[in-house]
Amino acid sequence: MRESNDMTDVRGARPETDRGRRMSGIGRVLVAVYAVLALAAVGRSFVQIATRFDEAPLAYSLSALAAVVYVVATIALIRPGRTWYRVAWATLVFEFTGVIVVGTLSVVDPELFPHDTVWSWFGRGYLFIPLVLPLLGMWWLARHPPTDGAPVELPADGASDADAAAKDAAANGAEAE
Amino acid sequence: MIEWFTWVQIAVAVAAGLLCLVLGFAGRVPSDLTNGALALVELLLVVQLVVAIAAPAFGNEPTGSVLEFYTYLVGALLLPPAAVFWALLERSRWSTVVLGVAALAVAVMVYRMLQIWTVQQA
Repeated sequence: MRESNDMTDVRGARPETDRGRRMSGIGRVLVAVYAVLALAAVGRSFVQIATRFDEAPLAYSLSALAAVVYVVATIALIRPGRTWYRVAWATLVFEFTGVIVVGTLSVVDPELFPHDTVWSWFGRGYLFIPLVLPLLGMWWLARHPPTDGAPVELPADGASDADAAAKDAAANGAEAE
Repeated sequence: MIEWFTWVQIAVAVAAGLLCLVLGFAGRVPSDLTNGALALVELLLVVQLVVAIAAPAFGNEPTGSVLEFYTYLVGALLLPPAAVFWALLERSRWSTVVLGVAALAVAVMVYRMLQIWTVQQA
């Protein structure tokens, strides 16, 4: 099976190829919490749109958008490379802006958002995780910039090969999920 | 939904979550114990699914949205296998913490399911 190959690949490749990967170590916890939040947002927005979209199109469209962004952020945090690093930054900034703007609006002018979104009251319905998580994510990203431009961290047998291998392993890992 | 069974299930998920968090922060890699705890959480979710499908036939109807209930249940069913699979990919202490996070998330979701089934206001 492909999956079992990937597992041995990833494990056999540690720790050298893991060093540049953001999803290693404590970063995995961050990604896991992100995945749970993405699941919660997708589930909620699916129910809202499937059952009562016409009641609050703005709030529910926003829920759906937030859900999609959480999913993209989760994927971007897992994937290595500069492009995904930028995508991760963009989604985290978007989320943080969203929770601040919508959170403030929902407090100042509750009639604007008669129905709850993930971000209403700064994510109160989700233990304020939507407020805290982007900050933790940005801190994590700042501490772990992409390493494709830094072959010193990779094994001596050819930086580009090792790089590609790490990329493949991570990509397959994400796929398998 | 059988209320006492649901409470047992929530208790087991919380216990499994705390166990994994403690062992993870203590530096343990995922073991048979922690993976087994997640397997138990998953097993109880499958039982819950069977109960939820069968209950209406015995006059035990949900008071809230059935769609919302099953969205939670399906989501919860996905979590333990995903966490265990990920724990097998990289056996580090943080994977044990991830197992704990997944179990606690299941506990919250089951609690929400109980609310939807029994005292739904919205």
